[in-house]
Amino acid sequence: MALKVVVVGAGVVGAACAFHTASAGMDVTVVDRGPVGAGTTSRGEGNVLLSDKEPGPELALARLSRRLWDEAGRELGPDTFELEHKGGLVVASTTEGLAALGEFAARQEAAGVRIEPVDRVQDLEPHLAPGIPGGVHYPQDAQVQPVLAAAALLRAALQRGARLHKGEVAGALTGRGGRISGVRTTTGDVLHADAVVNAAGTWGGEVGRRLGAPVEVLPRRGFVLVTEPLPPMVRHKVYSADYVAGVASSDAGLETSCVVEGTRGGTILIGASRERVGFDLTMNTAVVTRLAAQACGLFPFLRGVHLIRAYRGFRPYCPDHLPVVGPDPRVPGVVHACGHEGAGIGLAPATGALVTAHLLGRPWRGADPAVHTGLLPDRFLIPGGAPQ
Amino acid sequence: MSEPADLLVVGAGPAGMAAAATALAGGLRVVLVDSGAAVGGQYWRHPPAHARAAIPTDDLHHGLRGYRALCEALSAGRAAGRLELRLAHHVWSAVREDDGFAIHVVDRRRAPQETAGVLRAPKLLVATGAYDRQLPFPGWDLPGVLTVGGLQALLKGGGVAAGSRVALGGTGPFLLPVAAALASRGVEVVAVCEAAHPSAWLRHPGPLLRNPRTWAEGAGYATALARRRVRFRPRTAITGAEGGDRVTAVRIASLRPDGSPRPGTERHVEVDAVGVGWGFAPQLDLLVPLGCALTDSADGNAVVVVGGGQRTTVPGLYAAGETCGVGGAALAVGEGRLAAESVLADSGAAPAPGPKRLAGVRSAVARHRAFARALALAHPIPPAWSSWLTDETVVCRCEEVTAGAIRTARAEGGADDHRQVKQLTRAGMGWCQGRMCGPAVHCLTAGQRGYEPAERLVATPVTLGALADLDP
Amino acid sequence: MSEIVVDGESLPFTEGQTVAAALVAAGRVAWRTTRVGRRPRGVFCGIGVCFDCLLTIDGAGGQRACLVPARPGMTVTTEEGDDE
Repeated sequence: MALKVVVVGAGVVGAACAFHTASAGMDVTVVDRGPVGAGTTSRGEGNVLLSDKEPGPELALARLSRRLWDEAGRELGPDTFELEHKGGLVVASTTEGLAALGEFAARQEAAGVRIEPVDRVQDLEPHLAPGIPGGVHYPQDAQVQPVLAAAALLRAALQRGARLHKGEVAGALTGRGGRISGVRTTTGDVLHADAVVNAAGTWGGEVGRRLGAPVEVLPRRGFVLVTEPLPPMVRHKVYSADYVAGVASSDAGLETSCVVEGTRGGTILIGASRERVGFDLTMNTAVVTRLAAQACGLFPFLRGVHLIRAYRGFRPYCPDHLPVVGPDPRVPGVVHACGHEGAGIGLAPATGALVTAHLLGRPWRGADPAVHTGLLPDRFLIPGGAPQ
Repeated sequence: MSEPADLLVVGAGPAGMAAAATALAGGLRVVLVDSGAAVGGQYWRHPPAHARAAIPTDDLHHGLRGYRALCEALSAGRAAGRLELRLAHHVWSAVREDDGFAIHVVDRRRAPQETAGVLRAPKLLVATGAYDRQLPFPGWDLPGVLTVGGLQALLKGGGVAAGSRVALGGTGPFLLPVAAALASRGVEVVAVCEAAHPSAWLRHPGPLLRNPRTWAEGAGYATALARRRVRFRPRTAITGAEGGDRVTAVRIASLRPDGSPRPGTERHVEVDAVGVGWGFAPQLDLLVPLGCALTDSADGNAVVVVGGGQRTTVPGLYAAGETCGVGGAALAVGEGRLAAESVLADSGAAPAPGPKRLAGVRSAVARHRAFARALALAHPIPPAWSSWLTDETVVCRCEEVTAGAIRTARAEGGADDHRQVKQLTRAGMGWCQGRMCGPAVHCLTAGQRGYEPAERLVATPVTLGALADLDP
Repeated sequence: MSEIVVDGESLPFTEGQTVAAALVAAGRVAWRTTRVGRRPRGVFCGIGVCFDCLLTIDGAGGQRACLVPARPGMTVTTEEGDDE
């Protein structure tokens, strides 16, 4: 009989988990209190990046995921979610910065990332400001429209027999040996399951608690600025080398490091800010002016371009800035798939495949549980196990 | 004004003018901000002061005595150095700060040049008014099809009529003054298509009868329109517009009670311009991100929750006029005055001296609110309006998203509100950020649920260069 | 009467009018084509909310014709789609 799986969360990670588990023949139910991709999924730029990742467990997952996005594009049609192989261009503002970037890129290359050092960044991005000493081109970086991507994956999962259940998980049903046997929703619905996947993103900490398997997932607020629609002016995802430091930083205050890229719709997206302020929704105009200044510094033509919209979201992060993917040793049957911080879109397909592999007990679509051990929840449960 | 302000007022329409005048009378220092070239808002829209002689518009207005009294009060406030009037200033964000509020403005007095700045005060009063609510129909994006408010703005602000043969359609009492104004400028108004039936008024006679001035105003329009042979057609709608580079004809149909066209009644009328409007949508863009509680109003809009003193649920933040519920200029003036009285009380100042006692203002406001509610119920959006649409009809004008695409997002993507439709189709993601299509997309997807407007953290476009210059 | 220059041609206006009012007074209700369907557009809401009336003024793109007061000598370029 098919393994019964409940996936909590219909964001891009939950949708990818549903897609892969359903593809593997499991009996899948996705539970979410809202529509598909309405949480953090709808608040990002749709990054599928290798360029910002240090060699290590996350980069390994990202490389697999990059391949699986291509596979998903072939299976579901690349236009259904605007998959674009645009490539990334990381630029340094000083010669010292360029040297540091070069060293970083060399280590990435050793880990299997394709890199191309660039002397004249204007050859790739004609509208970049003069005086930039150089950068690194990452041809594998790509972009998807995240809500369309989540919707396409979920739709494909439903076509493979999965079901969607609207509701909010309130708690776990426990069977023999403390093993999870299903979930209860706040409206009293009961969904029986052999396994429950916690793909609740920024709310993964709370869902983990409700399942009796808490993991530390915290919100990190970010704003994205959106410009008026323009003819194509920015071809790659362009960002300053400081961005990598920002992603990995644990600083509690505001950090901004400029990321600029175009979209199919003609708008230009400008990120990225990072603030640890809990789930505070208030507008921070200082973030907006800072990002505007940084973006105009990179692309002077943006000075005359209108900001028409800004939105913010909450990245789900774990204390060590790595996602938590794998079975929870405390509650058999609970599998975590959350805490992807700002990389959830990019890492979603590999996360779905890895969760499926854990449930099958064997590799699935290139995801081997024996390889991605650095993402297991166990690291938080051993005293001193989580590197800060 | 050298000393710090006590109160920021955003919007210099009837509500904002009255609020500023009252606060000044109570001794406060006020900054009054408006995006327009003159005070007056949409209702009392005027050409800029220096152009009044060249563009005469007095005959298009009502209640000019009240307008002039408010203008005088504002002039006196400026002369006394207690009012800072910031015209051509667009507010793109309003935020709370420790000791009050900051509004982030773009100074466009020398447009297209922009200079960004920040204004601060302990109290903030938002009186940003409303804009025409739209329902799409085939051909509504043809040049020459305007909102009724757009026709009126061109007339009142620039002395220009957008056509010579004009049909008006939609619902609500605003169709009449626009028809009368056009007719007075020699425009042939070939039809005024009012979707509601006059008998709907009889269902709420009380509030209507208690507002004799409004009756008199309505009767005045009726006489003016009859004299110029303007056909007022109740229970009809403009269900289509035709043309190539410009609208050349409209289709007009009689409506069944549910608002669907009565078969066989459709007729073509040649026109060179069209005005449409289905009531108004409150301009809540500054208020929603500040965290004000909203509520549903009788006309299907979300409006800001205010108490009797026009206080919102956010301490120190007040709202007056259409943001609290569409109700017209007289109500807005009353609410503006009440809001400013609350600001005075909350600032520890004495009430403003004035000819009219506060209790009188309160009862007038209550009466006008009841009237507005009755009007809203008498002029609903026809439930079956979407039967006018074809799959090819553009709903989101900016991103050119069709009714068919939205229906697909609903049927196949499971989208059940305008936010989800936006993510799946781009409807509402363009320049206007869903201000035009939002209510329609809501109707097409969410059915009878109340309309909650999208949160817009950027209330008006602003160049990145102007913002960058603010960065320390 | 004062004049602005629209796509290289003089257009008279009355002081106090917006660029949109000046264009409409001259009989023009469309001056832009849309990005996707190449449809003609001009003034719709007239009060700065709909962004249908966008054009370029003195080199600055994305200007709402209905909001910007016409000034003598102002150079107006109508936008052929958004891709110039």
